[in-house]
Amino acid sequence: MDAPKVKIYGLVAEFTTPTQIVDAANQAREAGYTAMEAYTPFPVVDLHEAVGFKRTMLPTLAFFGGLTGFCTAFSLETFTSGGAPSFITPFLPDWFYYPLNIGGRPLNSWPAFIPPEFELTVLFASITSVVGMLLLNGYPRIYHPLFNVPRFSMVTSDRFFLCIEARDSKFDLQGTKQFLEGLQPYEVSEVPE
Amino acid sequence: MATEVSPKGPNLRPDPQPPMVEGKYNFDSMTEKIAGVIFAATPKGWIVGFAIAFMILQVLLVSVTYLIYEGIGIWGVNIPVGWGFDIVNFVWWIGIGHAGTLISAILLLFNQTWRTSINRFAEAMTLFAVACAGLYPLAHMGRPWFAYWLLPYPNTMQLWPQFRSPLEWDVFAVSTYFSVSLMYWYIGLVPDFASVRDRAPNQLLRMFYGILSLGWRGGSMHWHRYETAYLMLAGLSTPLVLSVHTIISFDFAVSNLPGWHATIFPPYFVAGAVYSGFAMVINLAVPIRHYYGMKDFITDKHLDNMAKVMLATGLMVFYGYGVEAFMAYYSANEFERDLMMKNRVFGPYGYFYFALIFCNGLVPQILWFQKIRSNEAALFIISLIVNIGMWLERFVILMSLQRDFLPSSWGQYSPTFWDISTYIGTFGLFLSLLFLFCRILPMISIAEMKHLLPESHVHSHKDSHDHSDSAHGGSH
Repeated sequence: MDAPKVKIYGLVAEFTTPTQIVDAANQAREAGYTAMEAYTPFPVVDLHEAVGFKRTMLPTLAFFGGLTGFCTAFSLETFTSGGAPSFITPFLPDWFYYPLNIGGRPLNSWPAFIPPEFELTVLFASITSVVGMLLLNGYPRIYHPLFNVPRFSMVTSDRFFLCIEARDSKFDLQGTKQFLEGLQPYEVSEVPE
Repeated sequence: MATEVSPKGPNLRPDPQPPMVEGKYNFDSMTEKIAGVIFAATPKGWIVGFAIAFMILQVLLVSVTYLIYEGIGIWGVNIPVGWGFDIVNFVWWIGIGHAGTLISAILLLFNQTWRTSINRFAEAMTLFAVACAGLYPLAHMGRPWFAYWLLPYPNTMQLWPQFRSPLEWDVFAVSTYFSVSLMYWYIGLVPDFASVRDRAPNQLLRMFYGILSLGWRGGSMHWHRYETAYLMLAGLSTPLVLSVHTIISFDFAVSNLPGWHATIFPPYFVAGAVYSGFAMVINLAVPIRHYYGMKDFITDKHLDNMAKVMLATGLMVFYGYGVEAFMAYYSANEFERDLMMKNRVFGPYGYFYFALIFCNGLVPQILWFQKIRSNEAALFIISLIVNIGMWLERFVILMSLQRDFLPSSWGQYSPTFWDISTYIGTFGLFLSLLFLFCRILPMISIAEMKHLLPESHVHSHKDSHDHSDSAHGGSH
């Protein structure tokens, strides 16, 4: 193993059809590679499983986001309206207690509190989904080593790329290159870090 | 290899529906067709159109400036009609927005692939319509610089909003609706920003779209999380869009006023919102597909489908009018009956009621004919009429306020110059934003459109990979 002059991020193979990229990812996984990722212009069904990714925790996050939204609205409305049970009320700060007595109607009018509760549940769950998706994916990240490969710009048009990263324990510049060539790609290129 | 069928089962190449893309396209030419609009020379028609829209926007600017300077006395609202053009237009604009969410969220959940080519600009329409709508409650406050008082926040006055009021529910509903629509629209745009970035002719544009794309690379895990998030947003937006117009109808229905205090209000407001929204989508789709040569993507089949949705929701709305009249009669309550007959149908603005029945109830019935649904000029005109009709509906509902319960407190509402100029001005805002959208953003979803091409499907495993079949089967 001779150390290359430029640090290498990985090797990337270019394919022209979705079927090819799924087959290539399956073979790479079966060959024992773990640190790899397939890049496509549109979501390809089950490709994430082919590269060895199971499932995302996003729905769980969104559920708890929604729950937080509901609890926020519920406590905000109930506590400020003076609708909290009497063992809680003495502990509320002055600025968080504003009972409105209108015609003797109950302070804890929970049915009227439902619309804001619903809206905040939806709002918090949506924000969690979107922000969670971006952060789990590592975005925003404007620069990435892959952008050093000129042909990689076609990933947003009609080309499919499989990248085996140098941090993979099985990675070996020559051997991995030969392996990728064996998958009949359009081209294999090195990705400088 | 194409005709070979795997011995383990049938060839599961899904293609049950008629194609939603006409003409011959591959992934690259499709990207070029949609993203190419952005880097092409600015069309002359665009410059003229934008200039006109921008001039109309100045009408809004002047109207709102004068309103803030002078106060809402410049409008025609006064007791007994405390709500006039401002709430009519607020409800009208919000309603138009609803079709965008319906197309992007509900049709996605129902797996209606034809939504793909119209969802982007329908969502844009939603955002711009909600922006126009949002102006009205702010302007109507008289002191819009205190608008933040509507929000619950700890303040030195130790005051909190009245959470039992439908007007406070509006604050939550409309702001949530705008935020969620904006996020939905933006994450839909992210992969397309990346497509545009990679086609940018110079470094500056590449940086601009690169920043907007957040550096999107299209990794398979990214797509997996992306699709999960997109689907969840669709699932969340669906009840949200229904709740928004329900809550807006509560502005009327929760009051104790005869003719407003009716359980039919929420469903028929929602149906009416979708109705006018689809009419507006057709009003926008027809010129866009014409001037940008997008007839391969927004096909006659799309217009036909939208016309059918319009017809269906139109019938629901028409049914709503019938129920309203019947409930007034069946309640045996003289105030309900008087309101319906003496105020609405034969009242001071009675001719508006008949115009509304004509626009919303009768005209759309010709959509039953296939010939009409495939004629884009006819569809355009019908959609305009429906939009006018839905505006009249809200106006007629509001004009119930003219006849108070004592003849001595009756009054007549008529819009002033400034009412009308504000309304016209919001069209300037709406159209200016739309023109900018068509110019600088991909107006059709590039990544999603690629799904409609047959070559996007992964074919069943080739025979040469028998060993991978068995290993792969376990992971499902």
